[in-house]
Amino acid sequence: MELQKTFISWPVIKQLTSSDHLARGRSSQSKRSATLIPRTNTADKIVQSVCPYCAVGCGQTVYVKDNKVTQIEGDKNSPISRGRLCPKGSATEQLVNSPNRQIKVLYRKPFGTEWEPIDLEQATEMVAQRIVETRARTWQDKDEQGRVLNRTMGIAGLGGATLDNEENYLIKKLLMSIGAVQIENQARI
Amino acid sequence: MKLQFREPGINPAVLSGWEDAPPRKGFFTDTSICIGCKACEVACKEWNHVPEDGLEWLGTSYDNTGSLGASTWRHVAFIEQPIAKPASENGIASNGSANPDFRWLMSSDVCKHCTEAGCLDVCPTGALFRTEFGTVVVQDDICNGCGYCVPACPFGVIDRRDGSDSAKNVGIAQKCTLCYDRIGAGMTPACAQACPTESIQFGDLDELRVRAQERIELLHQQGNKSARLYGEDPNDGIGGAGAIFLLLDEPEVYGLPPNPVVTTRDLPEMWKRAGAAALALIVGLAAASLKR
Amino acid sequence: MAECHPVGFQWVMEAKKRGAKIIHIDPRFTRTSAVADQHVPIRAGSDIAFLGGIINYILESEKYFKEYVVNYTNAATIIRNEFKDTDDLDGLFSGYDPVTSQYDTESWGYRGITEVAAAGPKNQGTKVSAESAQAGQGAAQRSRQGSAIHEHELHRDETLKDPNTVFQILKRHYARYTPEMVERVCGVPQKEFLEVCRAVTENSGRDKTTAWVYSVGWTHHSVGVQYIRGAAIIQLLLGNMGRPGGGILALRGHASIQGSTDIPTLFDILPGYLPMPSVDLPKGLRGYIDSMVTTEQKGFWSNTEGYMVSLLKAYWGEKATSENDFCFDYLPKISGDHGTYQTVLDMMDDKVEGYMIMGENPAVGSSNGKLQRMAMAHLKWLVVRDFQLIESATFWKDGPEIATGELKTDEIGTEVFFFPAANHVEKDGSFTQTQRMLQWHHKAIDPPGDCQSELHFFFNLGKKIKSILADSTLERDKPIQDLTWDYPTLDSGEPDAEAVLKEINGTYLTGEKAGQPLDSYTDMKPNGSTSGGCWIYTGVYADNINHAAKRKSGSDQSWVAPDWGWVWPANRRILYNRASADPQGKPWSEKKAYVWWDSKAKKWTGHDVPDFELTKAPTYKAPKGSRGPEALSGNDPFIMQSDGKGWLFVPAGLKDGPLPAHYEPQESPVSNAVYPQQANPTRQVYKRDDNLSNPSGHDKGSEVFPYVFTTYRLTEHHTAGGMSRFLPYLSELQPEFFCEVSPELAEERGLRPNGWATIITARTAIEARVLITERIKPLKVGGKVIHQIGLPYHWGVGGEALVSGDSANDLLGLTLDPNVHIQEAKASSCDIQPGRRPVGTALLKLVEQYRQRAGITVNTSNQLLSPKKGES
Repeated sequence: MELQKTFISWPVIKQLTSSDHLARGRSSQSKRSATLIPRTNTADKIVQSVCPYCAVGCGQTVYVKDNKVTQIEGDKNSPISRGRLCPKGSATEQLVNSPNRQIKVLYRKPFGTEWEPIDLEQATEMVAQRIVETRARTWQDKDEQGRVLNRTMGIAGLGGATLDNEENYLIKKLLMSIGAVQIENQARI
Repeated sequence: MKLQFREPGINPAVLSGWEDAPPRKGFFTDTSICIGCKACEVACKEWNHVPEDGLEWLGTSYDNTGSLGASTWRHVAFIEQPIAKPASENGIASNGSANPDFRWLMSSDVCKHCTEAGCLDVCPTGALFRTEFGTVVVQDDICNGCGYCVPACPFGVIDRRDGSDSAKNVGIAQKCTLCYDRIGAGMTPACAQACPTESIQFGDLDELRVRAQERIELLHQQGNKSARLYGEDPNDGIGGAGAIFLLLDEPEVYGLPPNPVVTTRDLPEMWKRAGAAALALIVGLAAASLKR
Repeated sequence: MAECHPVGFQWVMEAKKRGAKIIHIDPRFTRTSAVADQHVPIRAGSDIAFLGGIINYILESEKYFKEYVVNYTNAATIIRNEFKDTDDLDGLFSGYDPVTSQYDTESWGYRGITEVAAAGPKNQGTKVSAESAQAGQGAAQRSRQGSAIHEHELHRDETLKDPNTVFQILKRHYARYTPEMVERVCGVPQKEFLEVCRAVTENSGRDKTTAWVYSVGWTHHSVGVQYIRGAAIIQLLLGNMGRPGGGILALRGHASIQGSTDIPTLFDILPGYLPMPSVDLPKGLRGYIDSMVTTEQKGFWSNTEGYMVSLLKAYWGEKATSENDFCFDYLPKISGDHGTYQTVLDMMDDKVEGYMIMGENPAVGSSNGKLQRMAMAHLKWLVVRDFQLIESATFWKDGPEIATGELKTDEIGTEVFFFPAANHVEKDGSFTQTQRMLQWHHKAIDPPGDCQSELHFFFNLGKKIKSILADSTLERDKPIQDLTWDYPTLDSGEPDAEAVLKEINGTYLTGEKAGQPLDSYTDMKPNGSTSGGCWIYTGVYADNINHAAKRKSGSDQSWVAPDWGWVWPANRRILYNRASADPQGKPWSEKKAYVWWDSKAKKWTGHDVPDFELTKAPTYKAPKGSRGPEALSGNDPFIMQSDGKGWLFVPAGLKDGPLPAHYEPQESPVSNAVYPQQANPTRQVYKRDDNLSNPSGHDKGSEVFPYVFTTYRLTEHHTAGGMSRFLPYLSELQPEFFCEVSPELAEERGLRPNGWATIITARTAIEARVLITERIKPLKVGGKVIHQIGLPYHWGVGGEALVSGDSANDLLGLTLDPNVHIQEAKASSCDIQPGRRPVGTALLKLVEQYRQRAGITVNTSNQLLSPKKGES
């Protein structure tokens, strides 16, 4: 029985017994081709998202398998984009899975000539210290006319247009509390 | 047994063992609404894991892709059609009116999935095959990289992949599969899904032909006399394409052959003569196998 | 639009299919031009002349939408007798002070109204010294509001005949913007210009609307705000505002650049466009509120105190009480322009120690790139958060100034921290897209390695700063100690983004609804009983539902698609949509019906959320002495304006004039043909050695820089390249920096196809591959042939990206629009020569030679007031 099954599946037999006489169709289909399914079908999670490039706000569908993004494509439900994406939006999977993406914190000491590895927690702690020190050094209680300033002009920020609203909210809130006013983003540029 | 190569209008899948074939699938690329964004190029590469194809600036308008190949399954051509003659002194041309004196043509090229496919005819390993959708697909698990298919393509579409050994499928012949995996699951090929303006349309070829015909008639009515369809004629040298195009100028302008002919056109006659002998041999072999 | 927003452009193609006419006005022939019905090449920097020409055409040929104009705009309003226009004053408006280079805008006001009001909180009266104004440190932009303007107070002439009506002023002002003038200034032949005029007017009115779409091509000018004002006047005259298929649509280039303005990471505003407190206001919260809102305030800004107190409650929680002014003085005060460019100059002057860059690449993306990088070398510490090692993170190692010797790696004292960032699929959160729509993106996977969201990073950073200062007794540390910073966290330790969204939305703090989200900003109270982090976003979390995450398929709902995402304010898709109905509340036409008055149900209804009080009848007349929304009459669709009207003429709130007037860019190869005043007399200039300008107009030395260049983006890349030049699939599509030049210019300068060219300005010289194309056309401007050069700006010099190249932004200097402090990046002058640029110190020598040849000093082109005729 097994023998016959094997035999029947031989291309040459398929060629002769089917209408695919020239063996250019069904009889040439490999087992892999016959069982091919799109990787979107095997995703264990499908997540709705939004394209991170420009501000049109195209819908994206993100397919995840084993905690790895396997595909990002246009969300057909979106009344903005109807499933379509531009080349940048279409490259989003590569943005996420980019092999040259930096995933480690790096540190360059003053006058240093190379990057050095550094622990994330330690680096965050150092930045907190720098902020506190700079703030203390550059604090302005009042101006020359005695009017309240309550600020530091020693700390500046740039960024926000690529970030989430919730992130901008926390950034603004934190920097307001430390008295840093020079917070800016691409909207000015 | 009938060794039939040409039956205009018949779904080639049916002639290739797919008696229960679904309607033939294909592309209609309407270049009159292409905006040259190249989303098709990227979406194709991303879905099919086609590697980057060189970081070279070509200086040919906005086209840095160059041509279709093993690592480029969609290619957007950019054609800057110059002004015939300066409209005024100093070479300062008036332009921008309803009758533009300058055109920037864009067209996303792809494998034609020919009804009579030379690559398929010459493939000795069965790596290239006709799918149930009437498309032509290379099976990289079978292809041995012999390269016979490369010169057999009248469009120069298929090629063997160059690159370091670590790259995927190096040495193997590669080209558009019309996203065989996606369409098998009822999905749209990656390029057509991404296309922002529906310049690339996917669907049943019969329906696409109707749509193409309607569109060309409309353009002709609007006075665009140079618009034409390409690859839609089942009586042409490739038996009609599975990927048809609406062009705004001569095919040569876009780098397409004006009258493509399948390179294996004379093969049927040759096969008929060789057929009987071959059949005898095959039957003998099969019988031998059974006895084993 | 097809170049930078291809997917948005699908709707333009759809409109075209249905018969819409697409006109593309751009110096270059782009992907958009390729499918447009008409492409109009225009000289970069001349758009106000073009728009003014259309305004003149509309008025002269009486193509304006009279019923709309009389009822919904301030056309009939009478302006003070003291107002003098540019015709009378050689290109200046009345009120110009040559010492401060600023306008006193009093004479621009409405007759009979003592203090003229505007949209947004009113001018806080920041005064600056003449010196700082000249140095370009003009007061921070304050939009004004002021008193309510009641109809009975206004002097109006609805026949539009009074010579002091806005309408007549407009007519006189634009009379000189004739088709001949347009041709002379813009290089657009009259025939083509008139074709545009006809198309725009024929496709506007009751049955049809015309939409204007712009991008930073309009904001990147020393008169950028006035460009957009030009379109606003056209749209108001033609009745295209507040109606479907109309409007002025700004296409923005970053996923949440709208959100980062609404919830700003900007120096001059707080969330919801509340102004930052300024040092020169009367003391305390009262002084702040009173400077914006008066007791008879008209419209929805009247509750500014409720919005502000709710924000302070969101920031400082229970510590914010009515007794302590809700911690108002915890907020830092501004004292002028602290925008990004001013800040970079302050870095150069060693006033700034630390700089945090999040998802931005100023070394490539900001103007005067050299200044950006040199400034970073002056910092004590720098934090860069990005996906890749962008040029702003590596300037100390492989920036262009290392090659020229201007910087030496081992002499740069800046401590640099690079933190890898999580991307949008690795975190929850919302983006606000270009039409004010918030869309939630869900976290799909955990970020790899050390990658963190900004939410996570800043939450941790805040906790650490709080912990360092926990025991401090210093007054200045109390805002940090008292800051509410206790967000629920996920397993990963990152804060729950929905909890932050809920704080932004606002909650009831007292009463039976305590703890519940607010439904609407009208719920916000000035007594501390509500909190809310951004009043215009209130409603996004109403009923404890994240409305930004709504995803009802577009095919399963109306064409307005209200159940996809959430649009501020109040999920309203088109602003000022009351104007889509006539004064009686009926749609202007059935075809264009959008929002209308249902006289049976006695309320406004339609396809969208009406932008009007639901039960306010079209016939309602605001009673004397009323305030707030009550003071808006039933035919006042522009509900955020103090008079409820669309402003053809801006009586207050702008720094450079009540009407757009054509001025040449800071660097122009021609003199202003419209007025003797060459450039915007209030533009912000910086007279510094590190920010020199080319001579302009007929000034000596201008012939050294005879060409115009403009910068732009390509479909294949994203801004400064941080999200594209590191990806193989995008890099291969546009791998090298190139310049686009016409065959005529190539011949004039000997540029070879696919060769190299060096482009020089007073700042620096860069090299680019040469793309000779007929898509760039020389234009005839005032009898002179003007060549324009196109420069995509995506590349930068660094060792990490897959593709790199010189940065076009290095060519640009800093000259800013006085209203919004945005740089002039879209029209400057340059020279171009064949071949590659020199390297090392030879590059500096080349630039120095050019400066000498052109006689450039810090004063070049920086005299704000043009000399009168006969003077020099």
